[in-house]
Amino acid sequence: MQRFKPMAGFLLSAALVLPGSQAAAATPADIQQTFESAARAASPGFGGFSAGRGQAFFSATHGNDWSCTSCHTAAPAKPGKHVKTGKDIAPMAPAANPQRFTDAAKVEKWFKRNCKDVLGRVCTAQEKGDVLAYLMSLAK
Amino acid sequence: MNNARKRLVFDVVVWSASLMFVFGLVTSEAMADSKRSFATNEKWKAECGSCHIAYQPNLLPASAWRRIMAGLDKHFGTDASLDAASSAEIGAFLERNAGSGKRAASVPASLRITDTRWFVRKHDEVPRAAWKNPQVKTAANCSACHSGAERGDFDEDAVRIPR
Repeated sequence: MQRFKPMAGFLLSAALVLPGSQAAAATPADIQQTFESAARAASPGFGGFSAGRGQAFFSATHGNDWSCTSCHTAAPAKPGKHVKTGKDIAPMAPAANPQRFTDAAKVEKWFKRNCKDVLGRVCTAQEKGDVLAYLMSLAK
Repeated sequence: MNNARKRLVFDVVVWSASLMFVFGLVTSEAMADSKRSFATNEKWKAECGSCHIAYQPNLLPASAWRRIMAGLDKHFGTDASLDAASSAEIGAFLERNAGSGKRAASVPASLRITDTRWFVRKHDEVPRAAWKNPQVKTAANCSACHSGAERGDFDEDAVRIPR
């Protein structure tokens, strides 16, 4: 009986801590901070993020049919539309849609999916940070 | 009218009223059932409903849902991959409430609901031009004509084809 107690303690604390950490709301700046740490770790010569580079990346195609603008439009402070299903997509710019970039898991889920669709690979931290810098630079 | 007679008339009236009431309840329940499926799950609604309406589980048989959930990274031309926990929860919900009977009779190789035999038959009177309307865009856009689609309400009398 004695030897199960540490395990039970671990499970109990995990049960208490995990839902809390998942629900913790982030800000776009927090998310940008994690991109920066990752970009720094990937390349020691990291020179910061650029909204201009993000906009160019967002607008360009990368070997496949779609670009980010195919669904999110070239004005991502406005609503977009799924290019295939036609479903409305809420604005991507945090100024226009305060819910954007406040849930780290959701951000990772969508970057992974959409980068696979647009580039055929996952995006680097540098690319994600540039895109976020662009979206954060947009006014409502 | 004597008392015994009055009593009999009263009994008959009360009994038939209660029978009609119960019968009415049962039939209205059955009709509601045929109009919509109440099966729902928050995760299913949020995840499956982000790019298109969350298609009701009873629109495909369990075997088709299993194959769709196993190939989410190549989901009809887009990456719709999910974390393992969400995928397991949604997969179980879909299979538990999957279609049976006529709808499960044949699964098209494409795995598209719109390619199933019952879907094609149900929509055979829709004019060809209606499918090409930009407001419809794709046969997968149920809500274009079935305004209650997201609630699982596909009542034929409520269909409005946009012009």
